[in-house]
Amino acid sequence: MSITIDKVALVLGMILMLVGLWGGFTRTNLLKIILSFSIFDTGLNILIVALGYLPGRTAPIIDGVVVAADNLATRAIDPVPQALVLTAIVIGFGVTALMLVYAMKLNQHRKSLDINHYTDLKW
Amino acid sequence: MLVLLFGIFLFQILRLYHTQETLNPTAAYYNTNTPSEVGAANVVTAIVVTYRGLDTLGEVTVLFLTAMILGYILRQGGREKTEKDTTSEILITAAKVLIPGSIVLGVYVFINGHLTPGGGFQGGAIIGTAITLMILADPLHSLRAALLHFVESMSGFFYIVIGLAGLIFAGGFLDNRILPAGQLGDLFSAGAIPLIYSLIGLKVGTEISSIISNINETGNNTVKL
Repeated sequence: MSITIDKVALVLGMILMLVGLWGGFTRTNLLKIILSFSIFDTGLNILIVALGYLPGRTAPIIDGVVVAADNLATRAIDPVPQALVLTAIVIGFGVTALMLVYAMKLNQHRKSLDINHYTDLKW
Repeated sequence: MLVLLFGIFLFQILRLYHTQETLNPTAAYYNTNTPSEVGAANVVTAIVVTYRGLDTLGEVTVLFLTAMILGYILRQGGREKTEKDTTSEILITAAKVLIPGSIVLGVYVFINGHLTPGGGFQGGAIIGTAITLMILADPLHSLRAALLHFVESMSGFFYIVIGLAGLIFAGGFLDNRILPAGQLGDLFSAGAIPLIYSLIGLKVGTEISSIISNINETGNNTVKL
């Protein structure tokens, strides 16, 4: 199993996902939990982009020199994961913004960001 | 423990993973037919705006909903203006230099979304950054929320109008061939894609700005890590 750039990116993405998951489970500060979600998200995005990689090819953009309109299918990588990740990044932004504002509101009401102080829904 | 299990799961994926040698059929279709069908130099843009245009409309809607919910939640707690720390001279001066440049860069990125890497979401995010910098440099100066909302609604409205025009004059909803395809690689090419992406850029930029200014105007400086 030779080391190629897509495998490096895959491993990096998986490490980031594990860091995010670990952080989400072990931290007690709400802001750090949100940060962990964000890290998990980033790792997942890197992983999806890495899946679209093909060795020796370039970005799916016609520039007239490396990639002309007629050899796009043989010189460019898979564009679908990139389009998906564009969507995922935007949704991730929205989710992060919502979580941050909820945390801010909770902090305003209870003056605490510690998850252990919020036991209303715990049984 | 759960993290360890997830790690083993990921390792199994990695172990079974093989680098592809050829494009899968979907990607091959997009790469082969984009220049002739859509006329955009950037295949990712062609997929996002034309082939999967409906998904992008949904995505913009999600962002709009987020901005709306945040505005609703933040306005509930009253909008008392707390006094804020005065910002440093360095930040104010740097903001004056950087803001015009970042707005121009954002506009460039979303107008050229069909030719170069980038597009409406990226350009909109750059514009949102410029507005954030403006708010950071001068926290007491509030943005004109009515103008932001007007630009945002208008771009959303015209996005739908262009989509419907595609339904009437071309092959289907959000079809970009309502305008001439033009020469591949020109600024005015790829039909309606530059127009749609500019509208998305404006919409995303104003949405991010209104989220930031809503958070700013609620005035809560008590968050301490």
